[in-house]
Amino acid sequence: MSVMVVRKKVTRKWEKLPGRNTFCCDGRVMMARQKGIFYLTLFLILGTCTLFFAFECRYLAVQLSPAIPVFAAMLFLFSMATLLRTSFSDPGVIPRALPDEAAFIEMEIEATNGAVPQGQRPPPRIKNFQINNQIVKLKYCYTCKIFRPPRASHCSICDNCVERFDHHCPWVGNCVGKRNYRYFYLFILSLSLLTIYVFAFNIVYVALKSLKIGFLETLKETPGTVLEVLICFFTLWSVVGLTGFHTFLVALNQTTNEDIKGSWTGKNRVQNPYSHGNIVKNCCEVLCGPLPPSVLDRRGILPLEESGSRPPSTQETSSSLLPQSPVSVPDFKTLRALTEHLSSNEMPEDSTPEEMPPPEPPEPPQEVAEADK
Amino acid sequence: MATEVHNLQELRRSASLATKIFIQRDYSDGTICQFQTKFPPELDGRIERQLFEETVKTLNGFYAEAEKIGGSSYLEGCLACATAYFIFLCMETHYEKVLKKITRYIQEQNEKIFAPRGLLLTDPVERGMRVVSIYEDRCSSGSSSSGSSSSASGSSSGGGGGAGSR
Repeated sequence: MSVMVVRKKVTRKWEKLPGRNTFCCDGRVMMARQKGIFYLTLFLILGTCTLFFAFECRYLAVQLSPAIPVFAAMLFLFSMATLLRTSFSDPGVIPRALPDEAAFIEMEIEATNGAVPQGQRPPPRIKNFQINNQIVKLKYCYTCKIFRPPRASHCSICDNCVERFDHHCPWVGNCVGKRNYRYFYLFILSLSLLTIYVFAFNIVYVALKSLKIGFLETLKETPGTVLEVLICFFTLWSVVGLTGFHTFLVALNQTTNEDIKGSWTGKNRVQNPYSHGNIVKNCCEVLCGPLPPSVLDRRGILPLEESGSRPPSTQETSSSLLPQSPVSVPDFKTLRALTEHLSSNEMPEDSTPEEMPPPEPPEPPQEVAEADK
Repeated sequence: MATEVHNLQELRRSASLATKIFIQRDYSDGTICQFQTKFPPELDGRIERQLFEETVKTLNGFYAEAEKIGGSSYLEGCLACATAYFIFLCMETHYEKVLKKITRYIQEQNEKIFAPRGLLLTDPVERGMRVVSIYEDRCSSGSSSSGSSSSASGSSSGGGGGAGSR
């Protein structure tokens, strides 16, 4: 006489996504697991700018121009906005193949390569494609069970395949890929400008004030200035250099990953087939091109579990090799509904002698609505 | 009541007997989203080749429109950049608008063309834009095929278990 307790809690897809990501705000925010360095980035930017606005800006606004803090504020807000966009958005993660798709691909591979004897690691699976008259190899990802699109790569830190994978940046706490590369570039660009700006106006402040009260007195009055100058100095070398490097990559329509691997350099390698050959066109495409939306559907609702006795994780361990991702696909309920809607003159039921199925409770209709969103 | 039970039985049977056919991406033009227009042999006899190719070509056309690099996409990009991308909190991108068009088109195609033939086309966005999957109802030709169905073959194709082995 056990009572079946139906859990009313809504499970969203982000809770069951494979990969090593952290999600916040009920799936709206997506980051890598290690966020320590990201907090350091935030602390450095916020801390330095707070000191700047609190001390130097008050003096400079009066002595020179009120536009100084205004412009600094704009730069600060822009770089924070782009940082948060880079850190919190989906970089272009490719969802893993569902079991049926993975099985289909496996069968195709075996048909072309032949079956691999038990115990032996299969050879790397590669498909060749021709893009713009050049042969590009597509690699098979063993974790995600898909053939990776060109320029995609598997991030070992986040354990996801990412489209147009650039690199995994611990400073922003996320991968940089197709969907957030422009935010990342604008972040490092605006941060460079902000760093140069703060550094320059700190020097101006110290110079102006030293004329009145002397250098040591100035430093004693606003000790934060020393800290700001130090932080800006070290940041300048790294961030400005990085901005220059990425400007070079954007102009050539390359990714950091390709540059490191030397995919398009060297005599025996193919030339970059994605470059338009024109710097302006490349920049426009990378920075102002169309932005594809996330295909992860993090906030979609998963079908409800009927009882607490069967936790969601156990139903997915039937095939440990095949990855499971909670992407809802329309099932034959949809097909059946469509077919019956269209054929208005319903034939009488077939009198096929079938044994009655075991008495299972039918799935509640709201599951279809939720699965189909 | 009897109809519901019969339908539920059919559903359970259908789901386990559904054959899934996957149309893979075509990367011959680069990384833009395109699907192969090659006619899968599993659909031979279920749907006319021309209809299938037309559907895939239209889908490819939609995706090309979404990913088109031109004046309007640059304008959208620059405007978004100027507002520090806050504008995306209240505005849909061009790509998202085209994806909605694609969803409506797929629904229409399912209603008009695929469902009467016992097939179901799924939106590639549900599979991460990797494949267009077609579900083939093995039972549709056996049970409730009515006079209005335009499917020629009356018997289900003996394609064997699992999806397309070549």
